[in-house]
Amino acid sequence: MALSKEDIAKRIAKEVKDRYFVNLGIGIPTLVANYVREDIAVEFQSENGVLGMGPFPFAGEEDADIINAGKQTITTLPGASFFDSAFSFGMIRSQKVDLTILGAMEVSENGDIANWKIPGKMVKGMGGAMDLVASAENIIVAMMHVNKAGESKILKKCTLPLTGVGCVKKVVTELAVLEVTKNGFKLLERAPGVSVEHIIASTEANLIIEGEIPEMIF
Amino acid sequence: MITKKVNNVHEAIQGIESNMTIMFGGFGLCGIPENTIAALVNTTISDLTCISNNAGVDDFGLGLLLQKKQIKKMISSYVGENAEFERQMLSGELEVELTPQGTLAERCRAAQAGIPAFFTPAGYGTEVAEGKEAREFNGKMHIMEEAFKADFAIVKAWKGDEAGNLIFKGTARNFNACMAGAGKITIAEVEELVPVGTLDPNQIHIPGIMVQRIFQGEKFEKRIEQRTVRVKN
Repeated sequence: MALSKEDIAKRIAKEVKDRYFVNLGIGIPTLVANYVREDIAVEFQSENGVLGMGPFPFAGEEDADIINAGKQTITTLPGASFFDSAFSFGMIRSQKVDLTILGAMEVSENGDIANWKIPGKMVKGMGGAMDLVASAENIIVAMMHVNKAGESKILKKCTLPLTGVGCVKKVVTELAVLEVTKNGFKLLERAPGVSVEHIIASTEANLIIEGEIPEMIF
Repeated sequence: MITKKVNNVHEAIQGIESNMTIMFGGFGLCGIPENTIAALVNTTISDLTCISNNAGVDDFGLGLLLQKKQIKKMISSYVGENAEFERQMLSGELEVELTPQGTLAERCRAAQAGIPAFFTPAGYGTEVAEGKEAREFNGKMHIMEEAFKADFAIVKAWKGDEAGNLIFKGTARNFNACMAGAGKITIAEVEELVPVGTLDPNQIHIPGIMVQRIFQGEKFEKRIEQRTVRVKN
């Protein structure tokens, strides 16, 4: 069974380690915060200028002045801080943020990512994604393996305008966990009940497959 | 004390003319100078180049200036959630320069800090890097980005005093703190204009020297773009 978006977030949450500062992108990555182990210390950064983000506020307690980069109302936890946009990207570029989790339209086997533009169709802009992917040491992409037409988004080479080059370390999709290695995508895990053959058929890029591929554990 | 106080938004926008380049603080609708934007909508000023992280929504923020076709060019990092913007951009009526958000912020900060240009890794290897000088530092490629040159910077703060000192609240600090002092003239609209001596100098985010005009906004709608809540158990 292909994973739900919540399950993709659950699997990615396992990559979040104790004492990590983490930046979460819009969409599936935002859900990751719900599934991080409670016995570890993690702080979430949002590039619009907050460190120490908490959950959404209770109805009636929303504050227009306290939002995340997805423009959603949020709360802060004890120890939180606010700062301006230049300072925020300063801490990103100087690699104080340990892990960036973001969505993508395409990822290629050398770790390129495309997620900001479909020429002639959709131009929303890159937001902070180009700064994040050019700066972070550890970048995990949460995405769907195939598009609505069933075509692979895990490619030998991206077809859309790039957001960053050679930066993605790991990809978690509804079908698989892939690691970007020097030699291309290595299949690490498969979604429960999804066969290796199904993953190969859904992937345009070559896959490095060594031994038995375990099912994901949440 | 050198006072920066002007009586109202109309005095604050004196000297803004068509074809100028103007910075607008805010992230989404959070911390936007909504009173000044509303005043500009009521003028015939047009062909503006606007530097702002976003372009508002169809019926609020910079979206209002777009509706009246007062904007010639937008320099932004993210412009989703605005149908009129998308229509004008795809039809070629509106010129758009998309720039990575951290680069946008740093180009403001560089202007504020008197630095003409800087190198950043953001955008290297992408179309953002086209035509820009690329250099390797510490084994990593970077591209050169230049400071913005703006005629006016318009920011919004929570509290300010007549000396122009500003304090922001929450994530409404965003681009406001980077743009204050980054234009030839900086206009600050504040929710509360307090007498000098009221604000603790230790708590000032932007010193008054960066601000030329300050006024208390008549009304702040402070619209929320994505109201997200959780349910009490």
